[in-house]
Amino acid sequence: MAYHCIVCVKQVPDTGNITGEAMKADGTVNRAALPAIFNPEDLHALEAALQIKDKFGGRVTAITMGPPGACEVLRECLYRGADRAVLVSDRRAAASDTLATSYILSQAIRKIGDFDLVFCGRQAIDGDTAQVGPQLAEKLMIPQITYFEQLVELSGNTIRIRRNTGNGWEILESRLPLLVTVIDTANEPRPPAARKVMKFKRARAQMELAGEIAREMPSASEDEKKSAVTNRIQELKSDGLLIDQWDLDYIAADLQWCGVSGSPTKVHRVQSIVLTKEGFTNIEPTEAGVRKMIHELIIDHTLG
Amino acid sequence: MIEVNRQGEVWFFAEQEDESLNEVSLELCSKARELADRLKVPMCAVLAGWNVRELSYRLIAHGADKVYYVHDTRLEDYRTLPYARTLVQLIHKHKPQVVLFGATAIGRDLAPRVASEMRCGLTADCTDLAIGDYTDPKSKQVHKDLLMQIRPAFGGNIIATIINYDRWPQMATVREGVMKMSTPDPKRSGQIIEEKVEFNDFDLSVKLIERHREARKVNLKGARIIVAGGGGVGSKENFGLIHDLAGVLGGAVGASRAAVDSGFIGKEHQIGQTGTTVRPALYIACGISGAVQHRAGMEESAKIIAINWDKDAPIFGVAHYGIVGDLNKVIPMMIKAIRERGADAIAPEMKPEGVTAPAIV
Repeated sequence: MAYHCIVCVKQVPDTGNITGEAMKADGTVNRAALPAIFNPEDLHALEAALQIKDKFGGRVTAITMGPPGACEVLRECLYRGADRAVLVSDRRAAASDTLATSYILSQAIRKIGDFDLVFCGRQAIDGDTAQVGPQLAEKLMIPQITYFEQLVELSGNTIRIRRNTGNGWEILESRLPLLVTVIDTANEPRPPAARKVMKFKRARAQMELAGEIAREMPSASEDEKKSAVTNRIQELKSDGLLIDQWDLDYIAADLQWCGVSGSPTKVHRVQSIVLTKEGFTNIEPTEAGVRKMIHELIIDHTLG
Repeated sequence: MIEVNRQGEVWFFAEQEDESLNEVSLELCSKARELADRLKVPMCAVLAGWNVRELSYRLIAHGADKVYYVHDTRLEDYRTLPYARTLVQLIHKHKPQVVLFGATAIGRDLAPRVASEMRCGLTADCTDLAIGDYTDPKSKQVHKDLLMQIRPAFGGNIIATIINYDRWPQMATVREGVMKMSTPDPKRSGQIIEEKVEFNDFDLSVKLIERHREARKVNLKGARIIVAGGGGVGSKENFGLIHDLAGVLGGAVGASRAAVDSGFIGKEHQIGQTGTTVRPALYIACGISGAVQHRAGMEESAKIIAINWDKDAPIFGVAHYGIVGDLNKVIPMMIKAIRERGADAIAPEMKPEGVTAPAIV
C-alpha cells in the first residue's frame, strides 16, 4: 500500500550562530543579519516521510508558510525526493502565533487533501515552542504522536511508532491519518541528490518570478515585465517546475482566525538579555586565592 | 475559548507517572499559589490517573486549595487524547482564568492540543510568570491583572513577555527547575473534588503497546553542586579533571553544548536551553565561555564560580567568583584546597572567630 505523506517545513533564522553583528544597538536581534536556514528538525521530518515513500511507495508533499524566499526550503525538499511543493504566502498571515499558524496550515493541508501522514519537526529553532505540530493535529481532527524516534510497523491503515518520552520510550499504535513530530535523533537526513538538484534548481513559485524578471530586465517596461513573467510561468508549468503558491483566499481560510486577529497571544515586551553582576569577586589563580575562595564558601555554607 | 473571567481560579496540571508526581508539578504548585494570592482566587490542581488520589494530599500540602481528581482506568497511562479531553471538559465546566503545565515531554504534548481545542493562547517554556497590567497601544484600553508569560526567545537571545487578554484561559507551559518549590505544610487543608469525564472512540484511538523507562543516569536537577566543563576543557581525556573536582565535592558533572558537541561527554550532561535547567547551591563553570543558551540554564544557581582564561568571557558576567586562568592549574589547586579544608589548612589570618570549618558532605 502506498502512502501520501505531507511534510511541514519552515525557513528560520539561524539562531544557533548569533554573532555580535546580529545584535542591534538597542539589544534586539537583527533578523536580517542572520542567514536563513532549513529548520533542522524539519529535515528529520522530511527524511522520515521519504523513508516511508522508499519502503512502501507513495508520494511526499512539502508545504511551508512564509514569504517567497521560503521557497528555498521547498527546493531543498525537492532535491531530496519530495514530489510536490506548496508555498502558502499571504501578507494577511503575518504575525500569526502558533494557533493561527496551525489553522492556516490545516486549511492548506485540507486543500492538498487525501493524506495518510503529516510530519513536522518537533520544534523550530526561532521559537522553540513545539506547539504547531499538536495544534495542527487538533485542527485536522487527527491523533498526534510527538517525539517520533522510529517507525516500528506500518501496514494497511495501522501504524506503530516508537516515541521518545524523555525518560525512556514507548510504542504507540494509531490508525491513519496521523500527525507525527520528529526529533533529531530519529534518522540521518539524506543529502540533496545531484540529479534532482539539476532538475529542480529552476523550480520557482510565481511570487519569486516578478523579482527575478525585474532584476533580469531592469530597463523593460512594466508591460514587458508582466508578459515575461507570464511566459516564464507557462514554461515552468510545462516543465513541472512551478511551485504551487496559495494565498488565504485559495485555501478558504477564515481571516478571523489568521494573522493578528487569529492570534490570542500578544508580545507585550521584548528585552535583550542583560547580565546581572552583583557581589563579583575576582580570585587570583594562585593557591592562596583558591584557598580563600573555598574558605568563604565553607563559611557561608555553600560547601558543607 | 472562555470569556475573560476575573473570578476564575488559577489551575495547574499535576503531572504524575507511575503514581508519583513529577517534580515540576510541585514547582508549579508554589508559583500558582503566588499568582492566586495576588489575584485573590483559589488555586487548584487537576490530577488525573488511576488510584492516585493519595497524591492530592501532597498537592494540598504544597498549596492547592482544591484538587480536581479524575479517577479512570483509561487515564492510567498518559496518552494525549484522553488527557486533552479531560482538561478541555474541566476547563469548560469551571472556567479557570489561568492554566499552567510543566514544559515536560508530557506538558509540551498536551498543552498545545488543549489550547488548540479551546482556541485560546498558549506560551511555551516560560521561565517566569507574574501578574501585571497591559495597556493596548492602539485602543489605550487597560487590561488589568493579566498573566505575564515571560520566556526566552530567539535562541535565548531575548526575553519576551507574552500576554493574552481576550481569549482565555491564559495558558502557559513552565520550564522545569526554574520555579522554586515551597516547603510543604502537612497541616494545610483543601478539598478533593472527584470529576467524571466522558470519552469517545476517537479519544481512545491511540493504544499504548509497550513502555520502557530508563532511570535517569545523571541527576543534574537534584544536585546541590554541579561542576560543568565547556569547550575550553580541550579534550575528552582532560574532562577527567571535571569529574575529579565533582568527585571531591560530591557534585554532579555538567557540560556546555560545546563540550557535548565535541564529544567530551554525553548529551545527558548538557546544561542550558537545549539541555537541563539547573539551580544548584554551587555551580562551577570550567572553560565555559557562557553563551546565552548556556547561561539560561544555570544563571539561577545560588553561587557561581567561573574559571576561564579569557577575562572577557560572558560567563564572568553571571559569576560570583571569577578566576581568570588556566583550568588545568586552577582545578588541581581547588581539589587540593578542598581536601585540606580542615581548620589547620586555613591560614590563621583568614580563620574567623569561633568558627571551625565544617566537613563537606
